[in-house]
Amino acid sequence: MSAEFSTLTAPQVPLASPHAHAGGGVSAVMLKVMLALVPATLFGFWLYGWPAVHLWLITLLFSVFGEAFALRLMGRHALPALKDGSALLTGWLLALSLPPWAPWWIGALGGLFATIVAKQIFGGLGQNLFNPAMVARVALLISFPVPMTQWIAPLPLGSAGAPDFLQGLQITLTGMDTWPQLDAVASASLLGHAKTELSRGIDLLRSLVGEQAPAMSYVGLRAGSLGETAAWLIAGGGIALILMGVISWHIPVAMLAGIALPALASHAADPARYLDAAAHLLSGGAMLGAFFIATDYVTSPNTRLGQLLFGFGCGLLTWTIRTWGGYPEGVAFAVLLMNALTPAIDRLVKPRIYGRDRKGKPIEPPESP
Amino acid sequence: MGLIEKFLSLLESAHWGVHPHDHKRPAADAPLRTLPLPARLYVPLQQHIGAAARPVVLVGQTVLKGQLLAEAQGATSAAIHAPTSGKVKAIGEITAPHPSGLALPAVTIESDGDDRWAHGCDPDAAVDPFSLPPHEVAQRVAAAGVVGLGGATFPSALKLGLGLRAKIHTLILNGGECEPYLSCDDRLMRDCAAEIVDGIRIMLHATGARKALVGIEDNKPEAIAAMSAAAQGFPEVAVKAVPARYPMGSEKHLFSELTGMEVPADGRTTDLGALVHNVGTAWAVHQALRKGRPLVERIVTVNGGMIDAPGNVRVPVGTLVEEVLAFVGMKNEIARLVMGGPMMGNLLPHARVPVVKGTSGILALTPAEAAGFESGPCIRCSSCVRACPVGLLPLEMSARIAAGDLNGAVDLGLKDCIACGCCAFVCPSHIPLVQFFNHAKGELAAQGRAQLRAESTKRLAAARTERIEREAREKAAAAARRKAERDAAKAAAAKLAQEASQQEPAPTEAVS
Repeated sequence: MSAEFSTLTAPQVPLASPHAHAGGGVSAVMLKVMLALVPATLFGFWLYGWPAVHLWLITLLFSVFGEAFALRLMGRHALPALKDGSALLTGWLLALSLPPWAPWWIGALGGLFATIVAKQIFGGLGQNLFNPAMVARVALLISFPVPMTQWIAPLPLGSAGAPDFLQGLQITLTGMDTWPQLDAVASASLLGHAKTELSRGIDLLRSLVGEQAPAMSYVGLRAGSLGETAAWLIAGGGIALILMGVISWHIPVAMLAGIALPALASHAADPARYLDAAAHLLSGGAMLGAFFIATDYVTSPNTRLGQLLFGFGCGLLTWTIRTWGGYPEGVAFAVLLMNALTPAIDRLVKPRIYGRDRKGKPIEPPESP
Repeated sequence: MGLIEKFLSLLESAHWGVHPHDHKRPAADAPLRTLPLPARLYVPLQQHIGAAARPVVLVGQTVLKGQLLAEAQGATSAAIHAPTSGKVKAIGEITAPHPSGLALPAVTIESDGDDRWAHGCDPDAAVDPFSLPPHEVAQRVAAAGVVGLGGATFPSALKLGLGLRAKIHTLILNGGECEPYLSCDDRLMRDCAAEIVDGIRIMLHATGARKALVGIEDNKPEAIAAMSAAAQGFPEVAVKAVPARYPMGSEKHLFSELTGMEVPADGRTTDLGALVHNVGTAWAVHQALRKGRPLVERIVTVNGGMIDAPGNVRVPVGTLVEEVLAFVGMKNEIARLVMGGPMMGNLLPHARVPVVKGTSGILALTPAEAAGFESGPCIRCSSCVRACPVGLLPLEMSARIAAGDLNGAVDLGLKDCIACGCCAFVCPSHIPLVQFFNHAKGELAAQGRAQLRAESTKRLAAARTERIEREAREKAAAAARRKAERDAAKAAAAKLAQEASQQEPAPTEAVS
């Protein structure tokens, strides 16, 4: 009878409580994040056509391959680690930040760099100091500035002049320069255009209304990366993640505030020199950064206050780099800089322990009534 | 400063703890059943915090139900009584209801089937507790072997005495029962509300407190209704619904929820004028004072996916878990057996362990219900930080402990950890965080003991060196003294001789 009720015949049962679990695991978290990216990704596929699909696929494949390669090199089994989905998500986020018609090797190098250099060299999942997708994006931007800044105007799937599957494959494999109608589709992103024109001495009041001005479409029909144009879909996915409890609101809200507040103030002061808050929030990687990049568990602080500081710092740096920096876009740099501050924030900002003050000393007992 | 502090506490205090699925029903709604008297009972001598009780019966002796089997030994201990009438079969060792499966001294009683109470264990013999001085009430509680039935099993009489000395003004009754699956307190409050309220009033008398607050989680509306009805006419007893949230039943958290005050670290609720007791303890106090009956049985929740008929069962202390399981029926599969709740309960090595005074539940969990045990790397999601009801950083503490830096974990607040299990419950990587913390606490305690030992050895060695030196000094001093005496004697002799020679003219000339 006792053998029938034995507990320890099961292997490796932890001795300590709890003997219950809230459910869900790392792979479920990653899966939810990827699901939240699906609407924006599909919109991007439709908007920029087959080349975008091919580039996305290649980036994901090489991310996963890089992860598997590094794990095998260390003599570990690749499959259990791949199943957590983190390499796939890293590749996905990187793909969303690339110019949709970029050549295949951009996605391939980026994917390999993200998982091998930015993640596995640091020790794998949970150990990397910097966001792997953003490390890869910055590495690509610095190394290959031309293909990383060539944007195209929307050319929806099935519309006249849009490349079909094979033409799309050709664009991805041989570069967009080989596409005969390139001049018709090449475009600048809003931030890039504004920066270029400002540097030529043309202020925003003139540069943003001219015929060459990029469309500032609030529904997302404009040039940019997959994760940029569909800002509303990205934000929607992010809000869904907050509602599902996958991420908390602190980082996104603080980061968007960090971008919007200085933009509001500066634009009110000098609209000819400073972009308005809406353009800032809907351009570049603001939404993707706020909801999906800066909220990366591994590289962001652990406490709510720390997350508010971190998010606001990301936003403020983004606006600063966009406004005064050499690059038109600043989310990746801002997030990486704040990633470097995360250990310091975690050291300084700690929750208050029950019965103690913030310095860790026992609190004074209240006067007995 | 005030504003910033307010903002920070708003950020933090909003959501401590977790909301696990409580699995309390249908077990809580099933009527209370009574276990048929087992043929043998294995009564451990240690069912409480503190030293094991000392047996006062002999093998072969016949005992009656409620008769003293073992008396309290030392300052913190509790008496053990016979849970039924019969013969003492053995006084030996039995497997402890603890994952270690270590042996525990126990008295084995073979039941005679009569279940006859000992003399004095009947209501007619009891005196009005309110006519007794408070310390005498506490004495009777001690004599009845009552311990905290919330799980900590601290001898209740000591706590009542502490409350009296600390001049507490409020008695807090813990009816939170925040652990999932468990409903023994719920059942007790529904079925025996009047007895509990009476026990509360006796405890008020014993501690000198003016009022009692009964905190019950709002997922137990029937218990709240029953207790409120029973407390009608006793304005000193107030029943309060508290939000259902784990670990609401933690002493300090329930206290804070009910009073709005916070207990300083390293302090107790008695420092703030309040004493916390479990509602089951109040029932046991009523039994002891009104009926003269010591604590020899309790209500145990038997629950979990492997149980055919989950519910609450009245079980004599010392009953083997396997008898209780056989009574409620078990699906024929290997289950994970847990004594207590799933959040803080003990894994059982097997079912041949006895039910003790602190046994609130026996759970037979299916693999799907029980936590998985394949852990992955920490992804720093900070779920544990949000869940921790104390405000700790479990992920950082476990990382320190994994690296062997126990003092680093202490600096982060390891000693404030209440081992409630919220962190491990929410961890998506299934890291056994509580196991880390328990390991570190055990290791630190061992280090502390080793250090004490080393210090006492050092003291002994120093004392020995000192003694040897002192003895050598004394020897030298004695030798010197003796030498001085000898010298003095010699000198005296020489002087005498000289004087003698002076009296007699020296024969110098003769020599020269």
